[in-house]
Amino acid sequence: MSSEFTALLLGDSITRWVFFPTLAAIPLLFMRRAPTAAIKWYGLVVSLIELFFLVTFALAHWDGAGMVVKDPVFSWIELPGLAIVYEVGIDGISLPLVLLTGLLLPIVLLGSWKGIERHWSGYVLSMLLLTTGILGALVALDLFLFYVFWEVMLIPMYLIIGIWGGERRIYAAVKFFLFTMAGSLLMLIAILWMGWTYGQLAGTWSFRYEDLLLLDLPLAHQTWLFAAFALAFAIKVPMFPFHTWLPDAHVEAPTGGSVILAGILLKLGTYGFLRFALPFFPHAADRLAPWLLVLAVVGIIYGALVAWVQVDLKKLVAYSSIAHLGFVMLGIVACNLVAWQGALLQMVNHGLSTGALFLMVGMLYDRRHTKKFEDFGGLAKVIPWFAIFFVFSALASVGLPALNGFVGEFLILLGSYQAGYRWFTVIATSGVILAAVYLLKMVQETLWGPLTKEENRHLPDLSAREVAALLPLCAFMLWIGVAPKPFLEPSRPALAAVLESYRDRLAGPIADQPTLAISAPGQARVPTFLAASARRESTGPQP
Amino acid sequence: MNALELLWLIPLLPFAGAAVNGILVRNSQKGLATAVGIGAPGLSLLVALAALWQYSTTRPGETIQQAVYVWTTGGFSVDIAFRLDPLSAVMTFVVTLVGFLIHVYSVGYMGHEPGYRRFFAFMNLFMGAMLLLVLGANYLVMFVGWEGVGLCSYLLIGFYFEEEFPPYAGKKAFVVNRIGDFAFLVGLFALFATFGTLDFAGIEAQVLADPASATAPYVFGFSVAGFVTLCLFIGAVGKSAQIPLYVWLPDAMAGPTPVSALIHAATMVTAGVYMVARSNILYQLAPEISTVVAVVGAATAIFAATIGLAQNDIKKVLAYSTVSQLGYMFLAAGVGAYVAAIFHLATHAFFKALLFLGSGSVIHAMGGEQDMRKMGGLRRHLPWTYRTFLVGTLAISGVPLLAGFFSKDAILAGAWERSPALWAIGLVTAGLTACYMLRAVLMTFFGKFRGTKEQAHHLHESPAVMTVPLGILAVGAVVAGYAGKIPFTHLDWLGGFFAPVIAVIPGHEAQAGHHGLALEALLVSASIAAAGIGLLVAWRIWGRNRGLDGGSAWAARFPRIHHLLENKYFVDEIYDRIVVRPLAAIARACWKVVDILIIDGALHVGAFVTEMTGDLGRFSTTGNVRNYALYFFAGVLILFWWMIF
Repeated sequence: MSSEFTALLLGDSITRWVFFPTLAAIPLLFMRRAPTAAIKWYGLVVSLIELFFLVTFALAHWDGAGMVVKDPVFSWIELPGLAIVYEVGIDGISLPLVLLTGLLLPIVLLGSWKGIERHWSGYVLSMLLLTTGILGALVALDLFLFYVFWEVMLIPMYLIIGIWGGERRIYAAVKFFLFTMAGSLLMLIAILWMGWTYGQLAGTWSFRYEDLLLLDLPLAHQTWLFAAFALAFAIKVPMFPFHTWLPDAHVEAPTGGSVILAGILLKLGTYGFLRFALPFFPHAADRLAPWLLVLAVVGIIYGALVAWVQVDLKKLVAYSSIAHLGFVMLGIVACNLVAWQGALLQMVNHGLSTGALFLMVGMLYDRRHTKKFEDFGGLAKVIPWFAIFFVFSALASVGLPALNGFVGEFLILLGSYQAGYRWFTVIATSGVILAAVYLLKMVQETLWGPLTKEENRHLPDLSAREVAALLPLCAFMLWIGVAPKPFLEPSRPALAAVLESYRDRLAGPIADQPTLAISAPGQARVPTFLAASARRESTGPQP
Repeated sequence: MNALELLWLIPLLPFAGAAVNGILVRNSQKGLATAVGIGAPGLSLLVALAALWQYSTTRPGETIQQAVYVWTTGGFSVDIAFRLDPLSAVMTFVVTLVGFLIHVYSVGYMGHEPGYRRFFAFMNLFMGAMLLLVLGANYLVMFVGWEGVGLCSYLLIGFYFEEEFPPYAGKKAFVVNRIGDFAFLVGLFALFATFGTLDFAGIEAQVLADPASATAPYVFGFSVAGFVTLCLFIGAVGKSAQIPLYVWLPDAMAGPTPVSALIHAATMVTAGVYMVARSNILYQLAPEISTVVAVVGAATAIFAATIGLAQNDIKKVLAYSTVSQLGYMFLAAGVGAYVAAIFHLATHAFFKALLFLGSGSVIHAMGGEQDMRKMGGLRRHLPWTYRTFLVGTLAISGVPLLAGFFSKDAILAGAWERSPALWAIGLVTAGLTACYMLRAVLMTFFGKFRGTKEQAHHLHESPAVMTVPLGILAVGAVVAGYAGKIPFTHLDWLGGFFAPVIAVIPGHEAQAGHHGLALEALLVSASIAAAGIGLLVAWRIWGRNRGLDGGSAWAARFPRIHHLLENKYFVDEIYDRIVVRPLAAIARACWKVVDILIIDGALHVGAFVTEMTGDLGRFSTTGNVRNYALYFFAGVLILFWWMIF
């Protein structure tokens, strides 16, 4: 196994960019006494190399019609009757989130430059491990491997909140950990159960995604398993009423932690629905769809209302995430190509605009050491460039046409309306009114009005470093809003394939007892993404 | 060069101007800011004029469609595309011409403002978005422009962001507009779900081919056309400040006066009327919603006009007047007189922009004072402003041979055909309009000066850069009316030009309105009489150098009514009580009760129970060997018991 793994690491493979951050984190163990500046720059350079790897990989494997690449599969853990494989692959569904992760990492480090005051080596280390966990979870095609990466994400984030967080950081870190853990344990049981069932039918246990997709389960089994997966993902998203860890985590987390949390980690939940929960258990998903829709729509309205009455800037942005992710969930549950395109794009959009907002809340905090609205007001006069970026990002978040948020929301709502969920769509659409209400309140209480606080009179405007962190985000917000096609097109074939197989299975009969569908090449059951004919392997040794 | 292929440049030039002024130019480079800020809409005007000239000479009445690039593909595919037809041609002409004149005026009006560069950046951005709105070939592009102008409105109302009120007013405008936009979006979803396209031409073709597809039952007893048009109309109600969403417009006067003239009088607020006219094929198939449009329009027209009678802020008078005139346009659109609606939209753009800019000139001279009670006698000090303002007043009042007379007459004629009651409301509104406008003129320009000595000392006519645009607009306010239907003749250039825009649906042909000469004479004399009475009443109360006394006397005679009108029927207060405050209370309850008390409370109880259980367990693990020996012994006993029995 190790030789295969090493070969992958050295080759042009997915594995390389998944584990590069971890490898690059090793020297940090010996750099604890190094000057902080050196560690900062080291982290920044590593993150830029990682971004370079990701972009070159995406470009090199781009085939113009939705990229599908897998690393060669090899056996990882071998026990009698149990074979766990190392299997990673990327397609149009994971690609946008992978690239977003790569983009946010250097930005997060730039945004933490001042805010993090101690243990920089540990901070960079955590961030790099977190990146490996996120990227691994996004590309894992074996559920055991997925679960490992899923849990790997948890610990660095726990440390980031618990060590570099605010006053109530321990409470927030523990709450974050317990919530996530509670959900993921149930998911683990579900994964094990599926592997065991597969073993009962096929003779050997398997956790491979393409194997488990062949399981046809009775409705009762599906429902329980779906519920276990859905709970884990719903907590991560987070959906109402599993959301209360989020505001605490955000408020206590350092800026960088909040950006990664909102930007990527939450998307793992929505990604999980799209990749695992819906394709595995179509009938259960279809039965429970109304409940999920209710929770999604409640999340939109509830998140927006609660955001509106916050007195803390960061908490407002945190609650806005609940509303935004509610839109994404609506799109996913609607099971319609337009809605899915919108949902996937909206995951990226939220990462960009909310990421930028959290960065800027951090910039204010760096200057004033407060996040309360009552301490601000009239800042546009003092820090005009900050004001421009702040208004810009807030408007993207509001969903103003010609900026990114609009495209995602519009497609989601259009798709869910088209899918027949008219009244859910109408209620969800009213969220656009509330978005304007709370985000403009945020802008108003921060930037406009008379400058009342003496302390705010001489705040420095954005530094070059801060502009460097914000500019790429804002550039993408505008680009996606004006010309979304290049961002939608790569994902379409993958989404269409998953949707088609989902619908085919849904149209088929429900099994009386667990059975295994016979897998024939080109069968619609296995999305084209996994079908051998469409698969292109990255260079590396064959298993 | 074929100017018709350059449609995309018309909105792009102002956008580019906004980007350059917004990002590259510095505050100190005032000359450059002016050059860019005027140059961009100026070039846009030239391109537009060239395109319109070519259009009206070579291909009048045709629809020219131009796709620029593909926005999205997949399940929802739409192009960024532009469309030139008689409707967008007229709108483009009005927007670029009036917009350019207001930009020129702003060079003088905003000359001393520290935010000069920012002002022009926002104004150019607005021009770009507005042109996108009117030139878009599908509802998506229209919606992009629609929200874009809303954004600029927000930014420009809150232009004086260091004060308390303007940013608040901007926020209010944006949020209230969003209520309309919400409905607009739902309408678009229903349109797309039904027709599979948002393209104007595509929808029209499908409806014409099969009108039954649009009249099929949809939801709540509405047909498809009914539901869509209702949603779109709610959108228009927000943008065009109709009952019940008009409340943002009067507050929007917190912005600089050129903004009020451009956005809140001549162009943006008329977008709703444009949208209804653009969707006329659907409105024709939804007669019940058309009736709603007409009734809301008529109600808004008379309601706002009564408030206008009792306002003392010169800009507030004009604001309520705008709301009222927009109601007029919806009245026209609702009774199916789409040509009259657009006709009035165009003439109104000239005379209302003129009135606002005139009021700006007055405010400029008064050092920022907007209260007419502190003005008076200004005609001697601001002769050009006075003359042009008077022209605007007479035009809006419907004095014969000026622009407003023709367009208002067209609307009233259309209303008469549908319902004499609507016609009567329109007629009374016309009288009220004449009355409050002459009142404003009398309070501002006649009588004795009532301001401070310092103000009196500084009174001056505005510079040429401001008065020349006033003059040009005044010419427009006189001649624009001759483009439309001229009573007692068959001259109707606009009606002929517009014919291709008004869809003729098989089975739904409207009866051609041919009035007899006697009826026409009756209607025209009625509207002349209404204007005359209105002017006369105003002259009797506020004229003859009476200053404020006449008005005060009337207010004293009807204190309740005056109180009600002065406070705008307390609508803002009512909304605050029944919408804003309850919603905030619910939001707080969600946060404090649901989140903190119920969800987190349950968690904390769970955590507490876990902790207590752990403590109990810990209590048994004392670390005392004798205790463990006791447990061991007990265990052995139980084991024995189990084995034996």
